[in-house]
Amino acid sequence: MKNKLFEKYFVLSPYFWLVLFFFIPLAIIFKISISVSEWGMPPYQDIFLFDNGFKINTTFENYVYIFSDYYYIGSFVNSLILALISTFFCLLIGFPLAFYIATSNIKLRNILLVLVVIPFWSSFLLRVYAWKIILQNNGILNVILLNLGITSEPLQLLYNQYAVIMGIVYTYLPLMILPLYGYLNKFDLNLIEASKDLGLNRIKTFFKVILPLSVPGIVAGSLLVFIPVVGEFIIPEMLGGSDRLYYGKILWEEFFVNRNWPGASALAFSGIIILVLPIVIFQILYSRWSQKNEI
Amino acid sequence: MKSSLIKSTVIFLGLFFLYFPILVLIFYSFNENKRVMVWKGFSLRWYNELLNNEQIIEAFIISIKIAALSATFATILGVMIGYSLVRIRKIPFKSFYIFLSSTPLVLPELILGLSMLLFFISLNNVIGFPSSRGQLTIFISHVTFCIAFVAIIIQARLTDFNKNIEEAAMDLGYNYTKVLYKITLPIILPSIIAGWLLAFTISLDDLVVASFTTGPGANTLPIVVFSKVRLGLSPEVNALSAILMFSLIIIGLFYFYFNKKFKH
Repeated sequence: MKNKLFEKYFVLSPYFWLVLFFFIPLAIIFKISISVSEWGMPPYQDIFLFDNGFKINTTFENYVYIFSDYYYIGSFVNSLILALISTFFCLLIGFPLAFYIATSNIKLRNILLVLVVIPFWSSFLLRVYAWKIILQNNGILNVILLNLGITSEPLQLLYNQYAVIMGIVYTYLPLMILPLYGYLNKFDLNLIEASKDLGLNRIKTFFKVILPLSVPGIVAGSLLVFIPVVGEFIIPEMLGGSDRLYYGKILWEEFFVNRNWPGASALAFSGIIILVLPIVIFQILYSRWSQKNEI
Repeated sequence: MKSSLIKSTVIFLGLFFLYFPILVLIFYSFNENKRVMVWKGFSLRWYNELLNNEQIIEAFIISIKIAALSATFATILGVMIGYSLVRIRKIPFKSFYIFLSSTPLVLPELILGLSMLLFFISLNNVIGFPSSRGQLTIFISHVTFCIAFVAIIIQARLTDFNKNIEEAAMDLGYNYTKVLYKITLPIILPSIIAGWLLAFTISLDDLVVASFTTGPGANTLPIVVFSKVRLGLSPEVNALSAILMFSLIIIGLFYFYFNKKFKH
């Protein structure tokens, strides 16, 4: 009897917290996103009106407004492209690194792993700031380029989309390396030897053996990079210029500058539906599936 | 021979890429000049100015306070979730439970921040609380999104360890509560500490959610730093970086120490 009470307490306390402070806020975003906007405070009408009998006062205009304006769609597409490119570069740099760390001897492996994680533990904002210093017109990179005679005058390296990609790849790289390492670490190195013995050359071994076995790690790492990058606000704000607008920026401005709460909520909720929901559903199905298959 | 050369080169370049910007940041923190990028000479001037900058010191204290409190709450709730998901079979609406406890991991901070702010405003309209936003609202938001990170660490740990130990203790006459406090919690203690440290650094580092849920008298360190470097450079922030990097590295090493300990 006592066990039951205990279990209830364990399950229900966090349940209560998350419903109250996570689920209800998401529901409120949805509610405001289908509210009629108006001038005032708060800048939207209630969705239930009681003045002349009960009336439901909702609209999908905020969504229509967003999805018919290139300003919003374009920014979202920009963010998706940015996330794709950044994920690709994280993978390009992260995969060899994770692979070679995983194939090192155990002592070196642990040291390398700590070395990869330490920057990740340090402040995100300050790591972005570091690139602001490096990419300045009189920054260290320009000084090197000038001294090597590659350019004759300082290049404008900051405040454009390339600086943004640079900053993102730098700050998110550990998020790609860690899950990759987790999977690569598990697999049997003898497989590589075996494939070589069977006559496959290096390139074939890579594509036929190593790559297929690391797919789960690649997927996990790519998701960890891709999703937050789509909603990234700080890096484009600090390193980016006005050449590209991104989802995070327009969401921020829609709320804080335009004070269009229903519009901002519709943007946020669309983001959840398009980006987050498919992944969450996949995760739940996957965890249920793997649980069933183990028990 | 050739492949080991490639290997060393890749590892060296990778680590260089990860550490070069941090080293540059720390290097320029010793620059005497007010213009960050123009080297004038070695000096500790900016460390001195930083320690006399009341705005930054105050923000730092607020951040530490919020981070410690929210990490503690998130750890308690996160341990409960991790334990429930692995050990308790009957969870009402289990998929919903998993949804609630894992979505904050993948939800962009911006959306989370917006939803929290609109929630607090709506709550205030309905019950008159919280009348203004500040440290309390940041604390609540941070707990909410740190829970998931703790839960995932605890869940992984509990899945790993042998349930038979718990069952043996039960057979020997321990009751449910006693098993939990005498067996389960001590075994997962290193993961609990690791979870707390992770939650602490996440909260300490958060800018986006805090920007949404902040109010008068609740400027956290990242908010102050962001306002200083959004448009330009600040030598004080360089000095701050050097100090913060150093302390976070120590926390990171602690985390690894505990993490490694529980793996053995």
